Amino acid sequence: MSIDLDNATFLGYRRENGRVGVRNHVIILPVDDLSNAACEAVANNIKGAMAIPHPYGRLQFGEDLELHFRTLIGTGANPNVAAVVVIGIEEQWTRRVVDGIAATGKPVTGFGIELHGDHDTIMRASKAAKEYVQWTSEKQREEAPLAELWVSTKCGESDTTSGCGSNPTVGNAFDKMYDKGVTLLFGETSEITGGEHLVAERCRDDAVRERFMFMFNRYQDMINRHKTNDLSDSQPTKGNIAGGLTTIEEKALGNIQKIGRKCLVDGVLDKAEMPTGPGLWFMDSSSAAAEMVTLCAASGFVVHFFPTGQGNIIGNPVLPVIKLCANPRTVRTMNEHVDVDVSGLLRKEMTPDEAGDALLEMMLRTANGRLTAAESLGHREFVLTRLYESA
Amino acid sequence: MIQFVVHDENDSVGVVVVEGVKAGDELTGWIMDQDREIQFKAAGDIPIGHKLAIKALKEGDTVIKYGVDIGRVVADIGLGEHAHVHNMKTKRW
Repeated sequence: MSIDLDNATFLGYRRENGRVGVRNHVIILPVDDLSNAACEAVANNIKGAMAIPHPYGRLQFGEDLELHFRTLIGTGANPNVAAVVVIGIEEQWTRRVVDGIAATGKPVTGFGIELHGDHDTIMRASKAAKEYVQWTSEKQREEAPLAELWVSTKCGESDTTSGCGSNPTVGNAFDKMYDKGVTLLFGETSEITGGEHLVAERCRDDAVRERFMFMFNRYQDMINRHKTNDLSDSQPTKGNIAGGLTTIEEKALGNIQKIGRKCLVDGVLDKAEMPTGPGLWFMDSSSAAAEMVTLCAASGFVVHFFPTGQGNIIGNPVLPVIKLCANPRTVRTMNEHVDVDVSGLLRKEMTPDEAGDALLEMMLRTANGRLTAAESLGHREFVLTRLYESA
Repeated sequence: MIQFVVHDENDSVGVVVVEGVKAGDELTGWIMDQDREIQFKAAGDIPIGHKLAIKALKEGDTVIKYGVDIGRVVADIGLGEHAHVHNMKTKRW
């Protein structure tokens, strides 16, 4: 029973800018840490609105500040988000986030706390959020072709079963979607170490290859500047090592299985940049799970494949994270966190094609509305990537 | 029943995919790329997900997995022995 991707469709929410989302969130988005309390109060007042608190947004500067804005604006702009209320300590940076999201055409409004105080801000923002939540609740899903789905991937708490089973399953699914016009993403720059020549070989042309190697080397330089040992326990992590992964090279070869055998790397993005066409994109990004998934959401992706070995449990506020696992012990002991069990691969009970199809089927079910394990468990990790200290 | 998997027949290590492998156990391994099975004896207790050497490795050797270089041997690893952070290290950092 092989999946027919040529005629596959899903039911999604068509947004004002033409993109199609698979969720219908109203988010209360703080520009800075001072605004978290007000955002959480609004979300408490208005059921169906979701606050996304975070610890940053003050005295950042340069590229780090640009990344901050790109991430916040991208999160609000994501097609899984129907409408946004933005709250910041002052008007101007709040306006910048509002304007960035407003470019998509979706309803968005902002409030600065200075000159008003928490209570007045919470009242006015709650009125806006209520209006948005009620407006959003009448939105209906419509049928859209598979090519309108943007799918990202990142593996986490990997072990050796990731490289043997769950990552190749993502590769199988990516290979099948690649020539159907789907937009795909992978990243985790440091985790390519040991396999960078293999990714370079898959780049579509010299321009893409050069940009990939630039991103890769930039990350290596940063690591070499700051490292105090061979990164054992950090990359690979203690969890990776407990699961049997020994070196970054071994981890990288497992990681790279996620891009299959057929996909070419069509383009390279900086952190939280948006792709400009279909195909497989590499995004410079941390290998820390929630940081990277947060960047995928900011970049516009609407469904995420997350293969895990030892049991990573994160989700994301706006991007549904599908967990697949080939480790029989994890599937047994942490089953509430697993969406697709591919441990049969390592017992030869499942072929790579069957595993890939099982993942694609879960992708369509998730796109059509099925809550992932992480969503139903309330995992909404929203973690901003920082480049250096604040001023 | 498959107890360990190997990506490519030129690999120096395989990955144990079942729990409870003890020294002396006779193991069935599946070489995935060439789709054939081999028999091997575990020379130590190998936890699930961990590697055993399927070629004898000497200090300074390169460990091959997925058909490529995944690190260097820092202490000799006998056939069927546990290969991990105590006898293998990265070449990169």
